[in-house]
Amino acid sequence: MVENTNSTNTNLEYKRAKRKEEMKQQVVTFALMIVFTIIAFTMVTADLDKLFVIPILLVLAIVQVGFQLYYFMHMSHKGHEMPSLMFYGGVSVAFLTILTMLVLVWW
Amino acid sequence: MSTTIEQNKGFGATLWDYLTTVDHKKIAVLYLIGGGFFFILGGLEAMAIRIQLIKPANDFVSAGFYNEILTMHGTTMIFLAAMPLIFALMNAVIPLQIGARDVAFPFLNSLGFWLFLFGGILLNASWFLGGAPDAGWTAYAPLSTTSPGHGVDFYVLGLQISGAGTLIAGINFLVTIINMRAPGMTYMRMPLFTWTTFVVSALILFAFPALTVGLFLLMFDRLFGSGFFDASMGGNSVIWEHLFWIFGHPEVYILILPAFGIFSEVLPTFSKKRLFGYTAMVFATVLIGFLGFMVWAHHMFTVGLGPAANSIFAIATMAIAVPTGIKIFNWLFTMWGGSIRINTAMLWALGFIPSFTIGGMTGVMVAAAPADYQYHDSYFIVAHFHYVIVGGVVFGIFAGLHYWWPKMFGKILDETLGKITFWTFFTGFHLTFFIQHFLGLMGMPRRYWTYGADQGLELGNVISTVGAFLMAIGAIVFLYNVIITTIKGDKVSGDPWDGRTLEWSIPNPTPHYNFTQIPLVRGLDPLWIEKTEGRKGMTPAEPIGDIHMPNPSILPFVMSLGLFIAGFGAIYQIDNPIWLVVLIIGMGITFGAMFIRSVKDDHGHHIHKEDLDKGAGL
Repeated sequence: MVENTNSTNTNLEYKRAKRKEEMKQQVVTFALMIVFTIIAFTMVTADLDKLFVIPILLVLAIVQVGFQLYYFMHMSHKGHEMPSLMFYGGVSVAFLTILTMLVLVWW
Repeated sequence: MSTTIEQNKGFGATLWDYLTTVDHKKIAVLYLIGGGFFFILGGLEAMAIRIQLIKPANDFVSAGFYNEILTMHGTTMIFLAAMPLIFALMNAVIPLQIGARDVAFPFLNSLGFWLFLFGGILLNASWFLGGAPDAGWTAYAPLSTTSPGHGVDFYVLGLQISGAGTLIAGINFLVTIINMRAPGMTYMRMPLFTWTTFVVSALILFAFPALTVGLFLLMFDRLFGSGFFDASMGGNSVIWEHLFWIFGHPEVYILILPAFGIFSEVLPTFSKKRLFGYTAMVFATVLIGFLGFMVWAHHMFTVGLGPAANSIFAIATMAIAVPTGIKIFNWLFTMWGGSIRINTAMLWALGFIPSFTIGGMTGVMVAAAPADYQYHDSYFIVAHFHYVIVGGVVFGIFAGLHYWWPKMFGKILDETLGKITFWTFFTGFHLTFFIQHFLGLMGMPRRYWTYGADQGLELGNVISTVGAFLMAIGAIVFLYNVIITTIKGDKVSGDPWDGRTLEWSIPNPTPHYNFTQIPLVRGLDPLWIEKTEGRKGMTPAEPIGDIHMPNPSILPFVMSLGLFIAGFGAIYQIDNPIWLVVLIIGMGITFGAMFIRSVKDDHGHHIHKEDLDKGAGL
């Protein structure tokens, strides 16, 4: 019995530590996302060269989507192998389609 | 719970049962009837094409009508015959093969079928309402955007509705196969037909949205005055070709992969050996699915994409021959040294291997971009894709129907008639299409309604038409076989072929709930493992308990009917805005049915374990 309670206690402590860690990550990513948004808005209002601004905006957007999926929608947790496979499959098909339109049709 | 015991019912009750059913086995029968009906329709169109081309400058049909027949033959055969017949087999077999009591979303399964059927009816209603679509099954812009009348509008709306049904069915099978496999059935223990269905469902999920988008753009161009494909308004007609083939090329793999799966079930069963190179087969299936998305532009070599793009797509296309070759060799090795029984299902599988290999070989030929400039839009292409689609998919459907008929209907299709079907259809098929390779090389263009007398094309076309009649005879004998077997055939046991996979562990007739106890899977070919260890059936993975089953519902039918009505409204509102009322009424019916579905709780019903041995749900 004593051992059991002990193990439950360690388990509980482990879970608590893990949750704390996760909370920290979420706060950090949330802060980062706000910073990214501010950067994006300032870059647009600052009237910089379009060729410079647009790629950076795209990169920031992709990173934000990653944060959203992995830290807020818990895709980093176990058991998401199949959803991520489907997700990346869909993304690559969509990417190919957009690439085609850009380089084969409009360019 | 005597109400769950099926009794002899009147016609009305049976009809209502099928209109409301969410049972995957009954939906399979519905898909079979729907797909079979459209297969006959597409076949009649094919016969009209061949009769028109039997002699030079024939006038059996007019040029305009020929365009309509040709368009509808392609569209019907791909979307309304081949796809639903494949879905019929998937629905009949997949839940049984993975040890599940139904699919993951039985309601959506029913919705998928009714959307397909109403989409197909809408498309074919165009025959009676001023002319069918006439821009080819590919509906290239600007031919499709400028085609007069409402034909192409019916194409757009009909395919949009039935395409939604296909998308729903694909998602349903994905979730079913991921989540509902019996205990012990890991991914690498799934039968090959389940594997191919799984990969195909993923292809449907990724490919059909491209068609949906393309059809929406075409709809806006035709019905609402936009200019996506109109160069004079800043659009670009090549966008349609890309969108169509980004969908269209995976589509042909969506058709052929399940056929591969069927042969991978039939050949081991009738060779009494496990499938040779199972792991390689799975790998090849996944690889074909993956590569299938990177080759669409080989349909567009002559568009002028430039040498770089053409080279990339040519090499990617040729690469697909590698996994397909792996499969062909594995089927041959499966039979090698086996104790082979040759019956009708096996005959179709044996006929498939050389036929499909010829189609694959011409495929590599047309994949060579410079040579394709010669083959493009000639009868060589027609011969090529009929070799892969008839020689692959249709042979696969026939093999699957003969193989699983005892599981679906409890009786074995007559073997003599089956063999007559095979030999007439097989001979007719090669007569019809082999000669078309040479007609194409001699310069006969595809899709033309007639040809001149002095071009040396007469003999080839006569042979081709004779072959088409043989195929028609084969199909008629098959229909006769179905009728005579239904009337006179004897009931067989649940395992008439000495099968290897889970579906053959179920008694005949299959109970409503499939498995009294979910079986425990201990390896590939689970039933065969139990047989070799001297057991009669599967080891159960759970005690006998109450079985939870979904309730029937008429809502899928109503939702699809609503979209069908709305389709007419959308098509005719361009003539007279009053038709917008029909559009709104149709959408209202659909949204109303969706609202009822959302607010009404439906938790299904339980079959209590005390009633199981009294025959509940049989």
